[in-house]
Formats: sequence, structure tokens, C-alpha cells
Amino acid sequence: MSATVKWFWFASPQTFFPLAGTIARWCAIAAALLAAAGLYVGFFVAPTDAQQGEAYRIIFIHVPAAWMSMFLYVVMAFWAAIGLAFNTRLSGMMASGIAPTGALFTFIALWTGALWGRPTWGAYWVWDARLTSELILLFLYLGFMALQAAIDDPRRADRAGALLAIVGAVNVPIIYYSVQWWNTLHQGASVSLTRAPSMASAMLAGMVLMALAFWLYSIAAALARVRCIILERE
Amino acid sequence: MNWGGWSEFWAMGGYGFYVWGSYGVTFACLALEILFLLKRSHEAKT
Repeated sequence: MSATVKWFWFASPQTFFPLAGTIARWCAIAAALLAAAGLYVGFFVAPTDAQQGEAYRIIFIHVPAAWMSMFLYVVMAFWAAIGLAFNTRLSGMMASGIAPTGALFTFIALWTGALWGRPTWGAYWVWDARLTSELILLFLYLGFMALQAAIDDPRRADRAGALLAIVGAVNVPIIYYSVQWWNTLHQGASVSLTRAPSMASAMLAGMVLMALAFWLYSIAAALARVRCIILERE
Repeated sequence: MNWGGWSEFWAMGGYGFYVWGSYGVTFACLALEILFLLKRSHEAKT
């Protein structure tokens, strides 16, 4: 019973504000430590790749950033849907707080992908299913932010943005399965839950550490932004 | 240990431009986001 009460207690922006600050602070510290460990493993422990030489080291930011770009979109659409369904103020703020960080990681995934594609495929960009659907993801994030910025009333902006976020969520499975559904230049998943990873364990460790660092960074950045939104709106 | 020295480390086996171009832009982006957030929170509080 008390757990339910607490849940609703924190659904109010005023009570959530200090909690968000504490979580953001600890996540930021943990993210910095994990990133340092991940970079150390990525550059000094993980061996040179037999096929790609040192160029493969882009993987330690490319794959975690691509994961975050999709995961953050799902979380953003989730909060947007909760906000539409229950008309809770904080949910819309969470969605708006996540969007810029999601857009940032989408851009990073595309940018590092381009710089990885040039030495391995011979082109910075190809109109391949994986790359194109990831570019659409960036436009969805930017569209969500532009739409919200264009509407003055924050509650109406939340509702309009929520619709866009929910409809756009259909793009996330398309990105994820694009390498299976279409013939693409992009390689398939290197890590999956159903089979052993197809890479050296030190490489995998570096990637997982960086993914955790990006994950905690995203929580910290999104919550810090939610705190700004609470201050600005209330 | 993978590298014989700093110059080898920065060269990244000839892929320095691509590897450091990726890492540099990534960290610049994150640093900018942090700066913007600090600025926004400072402005929101005053």
C-alpha cells in the first residue's frame, strides 16, 4: 500500500524535483567512471581487429550510441503515451526531457557510422535500410522537438508531441530488424541474447562499459533537463 | 598493451582521422549538452 502512495507522491513535479537531482548527480558520476573504464579497455586492453585494424575501435561509441538512440526513443514514446492516457504533467516533461539527448545519440550514431563506413565500405553514406531508418529516427526526434517548441501552451505541446512520438515508434523495430529484412551493407547484430557474441571478450567488455556509461549519462542529462522544465513551467 | 608510444597511439594504424574524428565529435557533443544544461538550469533558477 505504502508503495502505491509513494508512486503517486513522486508523480507530482514538486516532489520529483529533489529526487531527480539526486539521481542525476549519482548517474553522472557513475557515467564518468564507467566511460573512463570503457575507454581504457577499448584502447589499451582490446586487441587490434584482424580484418579492420584500428578502425574498428569506433565500435565502442558507435554501437552504444545506436542502442541509446533507439532505447531513448522507446522510453520517450512510453512517457508520452502515459501522459496522454493519464494526463499526468510529469510524463510529458519526461518525454520532452529525453528528446534532445536521444537526438544527440542518434546524431552520434550516424556521425561515427559515417566515419567508420569510409574506411571499411569506401563511402561515408549509402542509402541503405539501416542508415536510412536511423536518419528517419533523427528527423522524428527533431520533429518532436520542433513541434513542441512551436506550441505555446505546454500541455497542448505535450499532447501534440506525444501523438508524433507514439506514431513514430513504429520506426524503432524497423531500424532494429532492417539488417534482417533487407539486403544491407550494414552488418547484423554482433551481440544478441540468443547466442554467444561474435567478438573477443575484451572488445565486448569495452562496448558494454561504454553502453552503461551512455545509459547513465542519458538518465542524468534527461533528469537534469526535466528539472529545468519543472522550474520553467511551475 | 597495444601501442609502442604516443605517436603510434594517435596514428591509430593509419585510421587516426576516422577514430579521433568519431571520438572527438562525440565528446564535443556531450560536453556541449552538459554546458547547455548547466546554462539552462542556471537561467531557470534565477
